[in-house]
This record gives sequence, structure tokens and C-alpha cells, in this order.
Amino acid sequence: MKKNKADPKGVLTGTHFLDGDFSLAEGALAAGCRFFGGYPITPSTETAERFSERIPRVGGVFIQMEDELGTMAVLIGASWAGKKAMSVTSGPGFSLMMENLGLACMLETPLVLANVQRGGPSTGLPTLTGQQDMMQARWGSHGDYEIIAISPDSPQECFDFTIEAFNLSEKYRVPVLVMTDECVGHMHEKVVIPPAEEIEVSERKLYKGPKDQYLPFKPDKDGIPPMVKAGDGYQFHVTGLTHDERGYPVINAECQDWCVRHLVDKIKNNADDIIQIEEDQTDSAEVVVVSYGISSRVAVRAVNKARKEGLKVGNLRLITVWPFPEKRIRKLAKDVKAFVFPEINYGQVVHELERCAGGQCKVVGVPHMGGGVHNPDDIYKVIKEAAK
Amino acid sequence: MTEIRFSGYGGQGIIRCAMIAGKAFSVVEGKHTTMTQSFGPEARGGACSSQLVASDERVLYPYITKPEVLVCMSQEAYEKYEPNLRENGTLIIDKDLVKPNSQKRKIYSVPATRFAEELGNRIIANLVMMGFFTAITQFVSPESMKKALPGLVPDRYLDLNYKAFDKGYEYGLKVLEEEKKS
Repeated sequence: MKKNKADPKGVLTGTHFLDGDFSLAEGALAAGCRFFGGYPITPSTETAERFSERIPRVGGVFIQMEDELGTMAVLIGASWAGKKAMSVTSGPGFSLMMENLGLACMLETPLVLANVQRGGPSTGLPTLTGQQDMMQARWGSHGDYEIIAISPDSPQECFDFTIEAFNLSEKYRVPVLVMTDECVGHMHEKVVIPPAEEIEVSERKLYKGPKDQYLPFKPDKDGIPPMVKAGDGYQFHVTGLTHDERGYPVINAECQDWCVRHLVDKIKNNADDIIQIEEDQTDSAEVVVVSYGISSRVAVRAVNKARKEGLKVGNLRLITVWPFPEKRIRKLAKDVKAFVFPEINYGQVVHELERCAGGQCKVVGVPHMGGGVHNPDDIYKVIKEAAK
Repeated sequence: MTEIRFSGYGGQGIIRCAMIAGKAFSVVEGKHTTMTQSFGPEARGGACSSQLVASDERVLYPYITKPEVLVCMSQEAYEKYEPNLRENGTLIIDKDLVKPNSQKRKIYSVPATRFAEELGNRIIANLVMMGFFTAITQFVSPESMKKALPGLVPDRYLDLNYKAFDKGYEYGLKVLEEEKKS
């Protein structure tokens, strides 16, 4: 995998006081993103605003699209033209993007999409927080596919993880979702942006062979097909239909088997490389609190309180929510009494946790319908009950 | 840990107040703050509040629960947020815009908007308030506050903002001096 130092032009080195939305844009620019297309929606509008001001100054393009359907389409086009492309949205826009997100998966197109989640369903709570799009992030488009979703809990992580999102996206030729939320998006905190030479960015593999022999979907030894840039003189075909290595439609079960297995396996087989989790005192724990995004910050308060009372509580934070750290959870489930899982929804990723725990221990969700974050005491009470 | 709320109506620079104080505390002084904001759909005129949680360590819970400092620049904000101020909390108001309906707390007041008008532009009333706030609470040093200003106010108004800050700060020191005497 080709790793480069970041282009200093896009890196706003220094210590800043930024909100999460702005930090998403700064992370993208540092990662080398030079194309933004979007349809602004609360609470993600500030990201689009920041891009509109900053990206033309670093030689990039900002387009306000007619809607979210067009937004995903324009990202796919920009990416095939060789640019690192990004958009940002929230619940209602995310729904509209699902069809072409599937197209991006099918065409193995690197791009990054951030969802600054708000309370739903429908128009829901435009200005208040939620984590209710987590299952949609995994299964929102039709058909079988795998996707990567990472979840920052602070403006600093909005910066750091957006760079990581681009790196993973370029490496695996897959859309990567940055699943943040209104609380993190609108919260201002200190954000340290390092010098460009300290930021590593990945670049997609480019095909170097004869022009008439390029096959856009022929996997290399590492399972990932190299790309070319549209306009560089290669003639190739891409389609949302089930296709073979050449990119031409082949409508039968054999090709479907090859095509879908490839889309899923390139992520599944590299799960260990992709998945990042943070663990604290899980080895000796009786209860492990699992969380992601803003909920993981609030959870630490509850965990600290429980530990003060002598309870053996561990903390497991999902930085990568999708793919889910199945292997680690299966192993932990054998040793703990219970998992406790606070999410700002009525219970979503907790079902995946339950599946992986496989009945070996209790799994207790701590739902919050959205509009705010958990009261740490509500999580604490569940920990205490689960430890009994 | 310290919890602070700035409040008033949209257009007064209430959000900006917390951004300046938050930047001064975290970026300039190297500690930690989390700033959140709440406002209505109106661009101007609606109730508006910004909150700051400040700590020597990383802030986990991002919202304030029971603030120890409340700054009010409108009557509506005072009535809405005063009951939530901690028992021995510090209440700071704009003298001409807020008429307190209870004397049970110690109240620090400054004619911020009037001073700003005297300096030539009422838009800097929030900076007069920030100067006064800095003197009364000693949350951060006045130097740190001033260092936080570039980038948060338009460059061409920087000097005017410094002037407004100094005006409020000096008035605050005078109020503290008189408090000591009495």
C-alpha cells in the first residue's frame, strides 16, 4: 500500500478551537480530499460551509448539488476521475443517498461520507443528537455488501478519523462512513493539527499495464483491483449490474457469486487490519461496557463511578463499528458476566453484540431515544444491576 | 471542573463569548474545555445560550449540569436560566438589560451595552461583558483572553474589541475593589 506524507497545502497545522463539523472538513483536506459535493442539512451544514471556504483555496472543487441522489452520483464520478471525494449529511439526506451508496460499493469506488446524526425517524430532531442511523449505515442500501463505518467522539477525532476514513477507503476501494452526531458536530474543543510531514495518507493503487488490457474489477494478489483515472486514455466500462472483471454485465448466478463474494470478502478477510477498538481493564472485568461515538465519553463517567464502588468494570470502545469486532467479542463473552451497551437509539448495534456474545453472557442495552446524551447515572445503574 | 453559561438573545455574540473563553482556557492556557450551544431557529432575537465545561483533565460529559457562573444579557435569559445556577454561583448581568427579581444572590452587574455604545458600536457589548467576566471570575488571565481574540473577531475590529474588553475588565476590577471596601 502506497503511503505518502500529506500535501502541506491542505494541512492547517496548529492548535485550534474547532467544532466537530469543521474538523471533519479539515481532516478531509489534510487527507488530500479535493472534491466536495453536497446538499447542506442540519446539523452537518457547518462542514459544507467550511469546505466551501477552504477547498477552492487548496485547488479543490466544491459543488452544491441539487439533492442527495445527485450528491452520491457526483462523488462517484469525481472519485473515478482520480480525486479523493467526500460529502456530509444527516438522517433524511442519508436515506436519499442509500441507492447510490450501493452503486459506489458495487463499483468499488473510494469515497468518504460523514453522517452527523440527529434524532429520527423522518425529519425528527434537526438540531438535536441521535445515533439512530447505525444499522442503516450497515444495511441501508439493497443487496449484499460490506462497508466500513467509524465513529469519532470529539472534534479531534473528527479530524483524525476522517484521515483514517480516506486511507481505508483508498486502500480497500470501498466507501467509508464517518458516523458522528450532532453533539460532537456542534461541540467546540481544542483540535491539534500536526505538521503535514507527520500525517500519513494512503493513495489508491493505480494500474500501470498496457492501455488495452485494463480490467477494472480484476483483483490483484491482495484482493483489491487497481484503478485508473477517467480521461487518462483507458477504455473501460463500469455498471451497477452484476459484472465480471471487465466491468461488463453478466447476468447469471455464477458471476453474481463471484461478484458479491468479492465485495464482501475484501472487507471480511481484512477485518483485523480494518477494525480498531480501545479497551480499558477488560481482562479482569465482570461487566464490560461497549459503546461508540459520543456515548463512549459519557460511558467512561459511569464506569469510573462503578469502579470507585469496587465493581470490576471494563470499557470497550468501538472506533470501527462496521465491520463489527466479532472475534474479540466472542472471546470476551466467555469471560465476563455481562455486556452493557448504551446507544442513543432504541437498541441497534446491541443486536450485533448479542449475536456475537452467542448466549455466553448477559447483554443489556441502555437505550436513549435521542435529543440528548445519556445521563451517566442511567448507565451506572445498569452496570450495577448487571454485575449482580 | 467549572461550568459556565453565557446567555442572552441571538445577535448579541453570546456564542462568541463561550468560544473566546473556551479558546483562551484550552488553546492559550493548554487546559481542556468543551463548548456547546443552544439557540432557536431565528437568526436574531431568539433566546440563546452557550455553555462551557472547563477542566484540567479531559472533559467527558459535554454538557453543563448546574453551572457555577451565569452571564445574562437579556431578561428572558435571566428568567430562564437563573433558577439553575448553583447555590453559591456567580451571577453576572448587563445592568440595563436585566432587572433581577430577587436579591437573594450576590449579583455583579455592568452596563455592557451602554459602554459599548459609548465606544461607538453596541455590537461589542459582548466583549465589554467578557472583560468584566474575566475580572470577576478570574477564569483565565486577561492576557489569555486577548490572545484568543484574533480569528474569532474580524481583524479590522480587533482594536475596538480590545478596547471594549479593557473597559469591562477595568470596570470589573473597580467593582471588586469597592466590594472589598464595604
